[in-house]
Amino acid sequence: MKVAVTSKGILLSSDVDPRFGRAPYILIVDTDTWAFEVVDNGDNANAFKGAGIQAATMVSDKGASVLMTGYCGPKAFSTLEAAGVKVIDDITGSVRDAIKVFNEGKVTYAAAANKEAHW
Amino acid sequence: MIISVASGKGGTGKTTISVNMALALGAGVELLDCDVEEPNAHLFLKPVIERSERVETPIPLVDLEKCTFCRKCSAICRFNALAVVAQKVLVFPELCHSCGGCMAVCPGGAITEIGRELGMLNFGDSNGIRFINGRLRVGEAMSPPLIKRVRAARDLDLITIIDAPPGTSCPVIAAMNGADFILMVTEPTPFGLHDLKLAVEAVRLLGIPCGLVINRADIGDNKVFDYAERENLPILLTIPFDRRIAEAYSQGRNIVEVFPEWRERFVALFRDIEAIIIEEKDKAAACANL
Repeated sequence: MKVAVTSKGILLSSDVDPRFGRAPYILIVDTDTWAFEVVDNGDNANAFKGAGIQAATMVSDKGASVLMTGYCGPKAFSTLEAAGVKVIDDITGSVRDAIKVFNEGKVTYAAAANKEAHW
Repeated sequence: MIISVASGKGGTGKTTISVNMALALGAGVELLDCDVEEPNAHLFLKPVIERSERVETPIPLVDLEKCTFCRKCSAICRFNALAVVAQKVLVFPELCHSCGGCMAVCPGGAITEIGRELGMLNFGDSNGIRFINGRLRVGEAMSPPLIKRVRAARDLDLITIIDAPPGTSCPVIAAMNGADFILMVTEPTPFGLHDLKLAVEAVRLLGIPCGLVINRADIGDNKVFDYAERENLPILLTIPFDRRIAEAYSQGRNIVEVFPEWRERFVALFRDIEAIIIEEKDKAAACANL
């Protein structure tokens, strides 16, 4: 299964970036093999509006079934929901820590956004 | 002729200046309250509202039967107001700037437009002074389309005074763009000066002649006056920090009504503005003839 994790860097040891739409990188990790793809989210991080919507579309396009991040806003959440991508928020530590927690099954899926919309 | 009254900093006296200038000139003038997020000129001009109309802005409506999920609509939208995921198209109305781009690029004709309410336009009259204001729907974030609608309702035969919103972002640009003159109302405080500088920079980009009213002119320091001199900004009127003016204001009464000697000062303010506009037009014409 592919899990998308927002990241401050390009490694599994990089810290999870709490922001979703404006995280510099998003790592798409195969939870069985630990193989991962680094997606540079830089253009999106500087988007004028709707960064979360774009990032959500990208995560879905990459075939991820789950997103792990710190905060997810309402527009990103509804885009992910429409795409069938589940959200696990309030994630801290490294990307590796996040995937470990996921593989141990110690996660709760979010039922709604945990951050207000930005203007 | 359009005179837009702006400020940068809020609370410097835009509405006071707009209303008093309108009252001093009387019939033949219209006042457009373009501060649609918190319109208040009607509290002072006290017009009789004759009619109101609802203002809408177009947003896309997607027919999924015709949609091929090609994503041309989401690709052209720089505000990310559309997202195409998993055979679904999501529309985020509050991000849409109503450009119609998505509808234009849709190869299958799957996109049409529906209206989204922005707010109300109110039309009235106060002793021969025509009055229009816009009132943004509570919860709405996008004010420029409503401001443009207020301006589109202007009467070309009248002198138009626009009471602009504060700031230097899209709403104030919408209230200043295309005006013949920008009257900046400021106060001699650090905040007043800081925001005035930003606003003047915006006006310079628009290429519109500009002058100052300094309100509460005897408080603060001299830096606004120094700045005006450095930047060649004419100071067209100064208003003292006078308790009697503040008391009248707090009762919804206007300077020109309570202190008749101010009537001619506001008329003179208008005449000065008119002279600058004519001079600038002559200069532009001379340049065009070279």
